Amino acid sequence: MSTGVSSPGRAQVREKTLRQDNWWVYPLLTFLGFTAFVVYSTWRAFSGDNYYSTPYLSPFYSPCLATACVDGSSDLGQPVGDWWRLSPALIILVFPLGFRLTCYYYRKAYYRSFWLSPPACAVAEPHGKYTGETRLPLILQNIHRYFWVAAVLVGAVLTFDTILAFRNEDGEWGHMGLGTLIFLANIIFIWLYTLGCHSCRHIVGGRLRHFSKHPVRYKMWGFVSKLNAKHGTYAWLSLFSVAIADLYVYLLATDTINDLRFF
Amino acid sequence: MGYDLKMRIWRGDADGGDLGDFTVAVEEGEVVLDAIHRIQATQAGDLAVRWNCKAGKCGSCSAEVNGRPRLMCMTRLSDFEESETITVTPVRTFPVIRDLVTDVSYNYEKAKQVPAFAPTPRDPDGKRRMMQEDVERGQEFRKCIECFLCQDVCHVIRDHEDNKPAFAGPRFFLRYAELDMHPLDTNDRRKLAQEAAGIGMCNITKCCTEVCPENIHITDNAIIPMKERVADRKYDPVVWLGSKIFRRGDPAARTEV
Repeated sequence: MSTGVSSPGRAQVREKTLRQDNWWVYPLLTFLGFTAFVVYSTWRAFSGDNYYSTPYLSPFYSPCLATACVDGSSDLGQPVGDWWRLSPALIILVFPLGFRLTCYYYRKAYYRSFWLSPPACAVAEPHGKYTGETRLPLILQNIHRYFWVAAVLVGAVLTFDTILAFRNEDGEWGHMGLGTLIFLANIIFIWLYTLGCHSCRHIVGGRLRHFSKHPVRYKMWGFVSKLNAKHGTYAWLSLFSVAIADLYVYLLATDTINDLRFF
Repeated sequence: MGYDLKMRIWRGDADGGDLGDFTVAVEEGEVVLDAIHRIQATQAGDLAVRWNCKAGKCGSCSAEVNGRPRLMCMTRLSDFEESETITVTPVRTFPVIRDLVTDVSYNYEKAKQVPAFAPTPRDPDGKRRMMQEDVERGQEFRKCIECFLCQDVCHVIRDHEDNKPAFAGPRFFLRYAELDMHPLDTNDRRKLAQEAAGIGMCNITKCCTEVCPENIHITDNAIIPMKERVADRKYDPVVWLGSKIFRRGDPAARTEV
């Protein structure tokens, strides 16, 4: 059993922490934000309903690959077939979920806010034993790069969905509604988040020894590095935007609201 | 305008100690180290404090101010309310010697474990050459003043004394990254970074970056790139296969140490 700051030989202080600032605000807000998203997305992913309203397909259900998908929602076909009895969202959500779960920013956020390891800098964590990411299941964080590849593919599909959102209810091109704008904002945040990924930064150039011998990859690395500096911000913005895009589709599909059409 | 500042300063040694109360006259523009020095000069001549440059460049006056790892010489009194009591303790991750002075030899032991720079042979004219963009890459890491605040705040050893033998800490991941990114180095330190330095124990909660007085992006630019390099070697079968196919006979290949 380790004893941390009360270990023999260290300066002994009675207080649990001497920090006087509101160090608990960040983990608390993060906890509330993630919990709200998990509750909302779990409900939506398992509901298997109200995820398509022409021309908008909820990002939670895209691509919709099962036979159970509603008419018009399967632009990439239905290769999974009719054996899949659960919600079609569950086929695809594992990839963006895995990407975010293993993301370096989210790891910081949930280690601090859910596992309190540590809750804040120089505030003692409550655990007696700590092995970090050296054992199962946390050693699996090392496959983040594979989830990044999957996230790029999902991002490409969501880009396609956003293009399709420039149609009207009759499938005619050259139209826009409020939903199109929401989808557009969502896909921008998704790409800013996905392309700013630390694994992406490593793959495009970070793993090189000589930047000078790879000028194109060095330029790309510089671009990704700029996005990477705001990775946490884009992680939150894209989390909000994907939930808002889904909520908008849900409200349309349940006839709670009508799409505000611009032209 | 001067005012009377209330302070609590940890006094004691490895056998025990406690926070002592002091009131000291301070002036506008002063830093915490100035107040400590005035207390030492006027009230507690035996107060032990390690310091040197008073300019945030020597890394000597590391301490915890109101529970946060800081350089005392770079912590302005104007950051606090005049009525606020400022509490100063030694860094809490290392054994205390006396008062605000700690034994940081753990860090020097870890430094010895990092194999030194092993450059490629010189060019025919006796020189070694690097392109500017390759030089720039390591500059950020060389700003480190070895104040060891990142080591102090790292919960892996701060909260778990038993992890010290297996974990080198953020300052040395910075060193591993600097060398691994160096185009002229011939050592492959990824296995060491994983096994001897224990980079897998880091859960990237970024406290090292938050406390760095040189604003080095330790987590984003050193630890995570080093974790990715370790993943290349240990956890990525595609990279492994690629290295077997394309790197055979590569004269620039590195030697695993």
